[in-house]
Amino acid sequence: MAEAAESPGDPGTATPRPLMRDLKAVGKKFMHVLYPRKSNTLLRDWDLWGPLILCVTLALMLQRGSVDSEKDGGPQFAEVFVIVWFGAVTITLNSKLLGGNISFFQSLCVLGYCILPLTVAMLVCRLVLLTEPGPINFMVRLFVVIVMFAWSIVASTAFLADSQPPNRKALAVYPVFLFYFVISWMILTFTPQ
Amino acid sequence: MAAADELAFHEFEEATNLLAQTPNEATTRGDQLVPQQHVAVAMDSGGSYGAEDEVEESDKTALLQEEKQQPSFWTFGYYQTFFDVDTSQVLDRIKGSLLPRPGHNFVRHHLRNRPDLYGPFWICATLAFVLAVTGNLTLVLAQRRDPSIHYSPQFHKVTVAGTAIYCYAWLVPLALWGFLQWRKGVRERVGPYTFLETVCVYGYSLFVFIPTVVLWLIPVPWLQWLSGALALALSAAGLVFTLWPVVREDTRLAAVLLLSVVVLLHALLATGCKFYFFQPLPPEPTAPPHQATSQPPTVLLSPLPPRSAAA
Repeated sequence: MAEAAESPGDPGTATPRPLMRDLKAVGKKFMHVLYPRKSNTLLRDWDLWGPLILCVTLALMLQRGSVDSEKDGGPQFAEVFVIVWFGAVTITLNSKLLGGNISFFQSLCVLGYCILPLTVAMLVCRLVLLTEPGPINFMVRLFVVIVMFAWSIVASTAFLADSQPPNRKALAVYPVFLFYFVISWMILTFTPQ
Repeated sequence: MAAADELAFHEFEEATNLLAQTPNEATTRGDQLVPQQHVAVAMDSGGSYGAEDEVEESDKTALLQEEKQQPSFWTFGYYQTFFDVDTSQVLDRIKGSLLPRPGHNFVRHHLRNRPDLYGPFWICATLAFVLAVTGNLTLVLAQRRDPSIHYSPQFHKVTVAGTAIYCYAWLVPLALWGFLQWRKGVRERVGPYTFLETVCVYGYSLFVFIPTVVLWLIPVPWLQWLSGALALALSAAGLVFTLWPVVREDTRLAAVLLLSVVVLLHALLATGCKFYFFQPLPPEPTAPPHQATSQPPTVLLSPLPPRSAAA
């Protein structure tokens, strides 16, 4: 991450500009994920703030309430966190072991940012769940999750597929598919208390 | 040696198919050379891998120096040698595990002494998640039949599935490999498989359970048992045909014992998954509600509540 070295002798001055610059960089990458094109921005200026924000948001929305003590419920905050980060690290290792020429953190950055569509799906699902339950409720949620799942896959393969040798692309893309499928499943089966 | 016989165009169409798919792949000599390229050691001066003369010259020393030139255990390159597969090779190995044939030894014909870790790892991951997801879906189906059942995502089953599948697919090959190494003294001709080849065989043999588990969603009991039995037969047949050349020279008792233990463990895994992850469909709503109980708590112990015959 490109951090400017601020002049060390200004303890009293507030320095909002680096924060704004970082936020703008994160926002720009969100736009790149929402409208995936062949561009190198995500890869060149990688950062992990975006994935962290998305992961925390998703985990907060997915966790079951503290009153729920049955062990049969949905994932806890820590479980979602572990799945997202452990899954992303595993996919990155897999991609590198297959001979991809993408760096470790670039791959984590791409996978993390491409969770954005699924986070949006989670928001929509929570809103839809406020209405009364029924088959239409479920169909709407299913549709939204499927569309966002496809969007995540398309966005991440747009960035990741080029880094693999051509005869191994499918081997590198399949784990990404599995990863987003599991996250989509967690979103779809979320039942509020 | 048996291996050289098999590879010298003994089965012409298979060799041509393989060569057609992977035109750069040569015969065994070339295979031995390929891991060489991933070793970041300047064995050939200048490292011009494409040069014909250097290939010829280093080829003879390849077999001798291959042991020494393996990347060290702590380098990344060591693990990269286990992921040195292409999409077509993985698909070919999966096909080979789905259709076992008596003469076809999975290790010799499909792995060709180049085991990979990609297949076993991701097949186990897929199977664990598919088990958890379809098991949860049967709970949805059961709830629609009997509204008194409470639906919950049952997320802890993902952890259980993952642990069970990975332990099976890695510890059982370890035990099997250890056993075969111990009995090595009895055999002279055919050497035992390496640990990775055993892991590979087990990993790819679990692939057939993935479509079977999806088929278990259909709430027709005889169909579930039929598909389970078919998958178990295919999977166990693959294992037996692969292990047979190695154990056939051992004493008859040891051979039969080993093969039956292998098949039995496989059957235990299949039935255990079936009972633990899948909610039996409750009977029609007119039946007394006490039959629609919750999941059996453990894998092997408690008998199942009577499964309804109603489809």
